[in-house]
Amino acid sequence: MAGASKAVNDSRANLPFVYRQYNAEQLRNVLYKMYLIRRFEEGAEECYTRGLIHGTMHLSIGQEASAMGICMPLSEDDQITSTHRGHGHCIAKGAEVKRMFAEFFGKTTGYCKGRGGSMHIADVGKGNLGANGIVGGGIPIAVGAALSSKMMKTGKVVVSFFGDGANNEGAFHEALNMAAIWKLPVIFVCENNGYGMSTSTARSTAVKNIAERAAAYSMPGVIVNGNIFSEVAEASNKAVERARAGEGPTLIESKTYRHRGHSKSDRNRYRSKEEIEDWMSNRDPITLFESELREFGFIDDKGIEAIRGAVAQEIADGIEFAKASPSPDVRDTGDYVYTEQA
Amino acid sequence: MDAMVRELSYAQAIQEAMAIAMDMDERVFLMGEDIGVYGGAFQVTGDLVDRFGTERVIDTPISELGGAGVAVGAALTGMRPIFEFQFSDFATLAMEQIVNQAAKMRFMLGGEVSVPVVMRFPAGSGTGAAAQHSQSLEAWLGHVPGLKVIQPATPYDAKGMLLAAVADPDPVMIFEHKLLYKMKGPVPEGFYTVPIGKADVRREGRDLTVVATSIMVHKALDAAAALEAEGIDIEVVDLRTIRPMDKQTVIDSVKKTSRLMCVYEAVKTLGIGAEVSAMIAESEAFDYLDAPIVRLGGAETPIPYNPELEKAVVPQVPDIIAAARDLVRGVR
Ligand SMILES: Cc1ncc(C[n+]2csc(CCOP(=O)(O)OP(=O)(O)O)c2C)c(N)n1
Ligand SMILES: [Mg+2]
Repeated sequence: MAGASKAVNDSRANLPFVYRQYNAEQLRNVLYKMYLIRRFEEGAEECYTRGLIHGTMHLSIGQEASAMGICMPLSEDDQITSTHRGHGHCIAKGAEVKRMFAEFFGKTTGYCKGRGGSMHIADVGKGNLGANGIVGGGIPIAVGAALSSKMMKTGKVVVSFFGDGANNEGAFHEALNMAAIWKLPVIFVCENNGYGMSTSTARSTAVKNIAERAAAYSMPGVIVNGNIFSEVAEASNKAVERARAGEGPTLIESKTYRHRGHSKSDRNRYRSKEEIEDWMSNRDPITLFESELREFGFIDDKGIEAIRGAVAQEIADGIEFAKASPSPDVRDTGDYVYTEQA
Repeated sequence: MDAMVRELSYAQAIQEAMAIAMDMDERVFLMGEDIGVYGGAFQVTGDLVDRFGTERVIDTPISELGGAGVAVGAALTGMRPIFEFQFSDFATLAMEQIVNQAAKMRFMLGGEVSVPVVMRFPAGSGTGAAAQHSQSLEAWLGHVPGLKVIQPATPYDAKGMLLAAVADPDPVMIFEHKLLYKMKGPVPEGFYTVPIGKADVRREGRDLTVVATSIMVHKALDAAAALEAEGIDIEVVDLRTIRPMDKQTVIDSVKKTSRLMCVYEAVKTLGIGAEVSAMIAESEAFDYLDAPIVRLGGAETPIPYNPELEKAVVPQVPDIIAAARDLVRGVR
């Protein structure tokens, strides 16, 4: 998602950040990708329900603006660490859905050759250092990647995505402190969807806003509405600039909501139907972005239809690709445990 | 069937044991992630929060190291916590408190204290949860003096051994295979205990001793039933406790059958199979052996996501049948 361009049109001067920063094609591409994330997860869910995919999965439906907004100022070389709820991050960082579906189907053409599944999905070639089955597991790894960037002078910025639940793991605190003392080019992105599984942040976390924890590690703590693409992208832009300038880390708290249950085994007993309904009908990130695009004249109904149609086609093709791909040979269970050496 | 005995699932049996323990002793309480209104990731605590309240069924933040440490501290000072890890894999985040603190505190302080904490670990593969949610790490903890480590294989034992664990003055680690949670079996009502440190001969036989743990006990019994038709008579020993190990039961069995095979899901090398084999090699049973000892364990790999690969990396019934047949017929 590189290539932020200068404002093309003075009449946009009063519009929110992204409409000044990016051109119409870039913005329409963001909408495309948000739909791609949404439809990918709906498609995966349906395949799961039909028994085509096993295991479990954690859907980020409702959090698409957060993934897209954060990745907007990143170049392909920049890196991310992701979470168990990582499909959106993966697509936002440039992965192809067909190889993601193939992974879910356990096929050799999948990003992890069928070894990782949903919880470990990543296109490493696009700078994604991995989804993670361990809550908070990716946070110190991102700091390590940022240390590499500094030592190797690559100029790469690293983003660590994690949830609100992860901010109560020791790894979060240890990692933020090191990033701060060494002024590393890393951005900590807490996607606060209100719950870690069934446990609300009010019950799990001593501070009201996770961004407040930035103060303990002497870095900026920024709160954004994670369902408004422009707000997220603006905060990410600032944090990326700061990181590239060698000024150190930022903690961004992106407040959002997951529409679906935690995983496939959630009875949703810890939150009300009304609450879920409210977020789905009144604060859906795709609906919000789409209406802004329309209102500001970046797209019309025909354009939206075209995007939806193209996304549906990419999803259908992706599932077909996954189904037609070969399964790994059971004799190859020893592969990838260690690095192959000549 | 006795009126007092019902069919319960393994998960229900554990839940009943925890409820009995809490009813009997006010010091007993539960801690873990999402064990309250969610009922636990595997619904083991279920609705206990409705009965005992949030003061005694405590949802912790996602903080395994801190949470386990809090349980250790509470146990050290008079309470009787039962701490649930959401998956046994997350024990790795809490190793410090388990291995350096809980296990050694009594020893380091010269016997002045004890740490009666119980920790529960949903373990094992077979659910498609991939490499970080499917491990069998019991031998890690089995390596630590000061801990007791158990692996009940049936609902009956799950209840009785949990009640024994709560009554035990020292830290007891319980590994529960996730695929066992729905398995049903007879469970008596009310309080009873099954001793920690005692193996159980699940099936008597002449030709071969199979020492198995956890879910492998059931697979070994299935294999034994299949081999009966071929005239091969297998004795299945359910180890039940890996530390302290019931050596005598295994020795006696091997002296009777003259052959030993160990079957366990954890990675084959440096594990339970090595321990049982070496123990036999060091014992008087060694002279009775008619064949080399065989270990069937997990492949030397993390657990893969793909379901066929996932099955292929842990021993299955046909693997046990084939290995047992070869061993008894002298192919090995
Ligand atoms: C160390 C660790 N503890 C517990 C879990 C089980 N678990 C997986 S996701 C999750 C909730 C995470 O909440 P949060 O960080 O807010 O992310 P969200 O699921 O809301 O995206 C839990 C408890 C885990 N995977 N790893
Ligand atoms: Mg959350």
